[in-house]
Amino acid sequence: MTQSPPTAPPGQALGSALRWLGIVPFVLFATLFLLLPTMKIVLGAFEAPDGGFTLAHVMQLFDGPIPDYYLISIKISLASSAMGCLIGFAMAAAITLGGLPRGIRAPLLTFSGVASNFAGVPLAFAFLATLGRLGLVTVLLRDWFGINIYAPPISFNLLSFSGLTLTYMFFQIPLMILIITPALDGLKREWREAAEILGASGLQYWRMVALPILTPALLGTFALLFANAFGAVATAYALTGSSLSIVPIVLFAQIRGDVLQDPHLGYALAFGMIVVTGIANGLYVWLRARSERWMK
Amino acid sequence: MTRIWSWIALTFGLIYFALPLIGTVEFSLRMRRGEYSFDAYRKVLADPRFQETFSYSVVMALATIVFGVLLVVPTAYWVRLKLPRLRPYVEFLTLMPLVIPPIVIVFGYLRLYNTSSWLPLTGTTMGTNLLLMFGYATLSLPYMYRAVDTGLRSIDVGTLTEAAQSLGAGWVTILARVILPNVLVAVLSGAFLTFAIVIGEFVLAALLNRPAFGPYLQLMGANRAYEPAALAVIAFAITWACMGLIQLVSRFTRHGRTA
Repeated sequence: MTQSPPTAPPGQALGSALRWLGIVPFVLFATLFLLLPTMKIVLGAFEAPDGGFTLAHVMQLFDGPIPDYYLISIKISLASSAMGCLIGFAMAAAITLGGLPRGIRAPLLTFSGVASNFAGVPLAFAFLATLGRLGLVTVLLRDWFGINIYAPPISFNLLSFSGLTLTYMFFQIPLMILIITPALDGLKREWREAAEILGASGLQYWRMVALPILTPALLGTFALLFANAFGAVATAYALTGSSLSIVPIVLFAQIRGDVLQDPHLGYALAFGMIVVTGIANGLYVWLRARSERWMK
Repeated sequence: MTRIWSWIALTFGLIYFALPLIGTVEFSLRMRRGEYSFDAYRKVLADPRFQETFSYSVVMALATIVFGVLLVVPTAYWVRLKLPRLRPYVEFLTLMPLVIPPIVIVFGYLRLYNTSSWLPLTGTTMGTNLLLMFGYATLSLPYMYRAVDTGLRSIDVGTLTEAAQSLGAGWVTILARVILPNVLVAVLSGAFLTFAIVIGEFVLAALLNRPAFGPYLQLMGANRAYEPAALAVIAFAITWACMGLIQLVSRFTRHGRTA
């Protein structure tokens, strides 16, 4: 190390030990409240009642209704992140490259900061008040246009796949805007000019230059949004109670003791969640590293 | 042509964001039949359970912020000054709460720190409160650490430390009177974000069975019609205030530096 340590008061030998002492509180905290709890879950998922190793709990994940819980969770997370990416990207592109008045950008980014943090129980209330059976939009559509979205052929239900997806988008879109705006700012004007000089149309520039550069960032953000939706409990619980069986809600009910089954099923469910979000975030880290090569 | 598409995208997005907010405000005013009134808000604010749970969550948020600052600022400072090689690992640790869902973390707490374990934190009210605070500190760790670390990047930690030491300052003095004032803006934005996260948090408080604002919100939602909308408006206002304060603080310093 080139940085010479400043003359530490307790002397040279102690100084080197002190250096490591400095991060002991943090390491202790992370171990006790982050690493050990996670390890407890992972180990518990593989622990037999007699303390030995078993795959029985994890195999339960592929049994009965549980694969369906994961499937609907993954579907909602995929759909809400896909829509979040799409709309968020369109809005971010509009404020960075779209030639809109400059005054729009800062307020929209501030609002995105607010909306991406406006999740949980209050968000569920907001959508119930808007698209619930007596919600503003439901009532207006009925009174003004004679459309009842709760009747066939629409048969909308807020407490369903489409309803939850629509609700999650409220924090997914702003998160996308916040993450992707810097990436869009990083698109160099020279690239566009070079493409135009070579005779590329606007569409060709996007398809053959901009999107390939942005792809890692887009996919990476998608992975982050996915994990974000997959782990969310409060919004879904406040919207649907326990009526929609997505994984976090089932796990919540298990922990609460509403469903008295094998206690190790809880470990296995939680372990499955770690695996899914772990894969999504591993993808994020990897793609992020790739995309940053272009952003210098 | 591009501009038209931009306006379309923006308008579409704004409608999507505006409708739930308008809908919530409108719904919260509908309590009295036939006319708009603030009855729902009056009911909510007069509810002793609201006052109790809200003040409980505010206290928890403040405690979390104090603990988070005491944990993160010295650590980030120390890693930058003395252990720069450890930075990627520490950063990875601080980002882990984004990977592991909160419900999994709190499940681990319940299994590790229950009454029959080696550290029976959930055995007493104070212990459970402490555990909840540690949980909140874990949830806010990614935001707090990133904010403080970014703040530290903009100052010359090494030189400041040496200057303070040559004037006879000890570590506590350096941290409290040299480093902290220099990263105060970063610390404050981390603090406001922590506040916004903690105040409405549901899963940890519900599963640790503490009387926080989040579980109260959920309970109201399950039993009442108009009050939840009023509560949602209040919660949105709080989130907005926190983000507004972050903006204000960072703008304030930018002006301070140019002056």
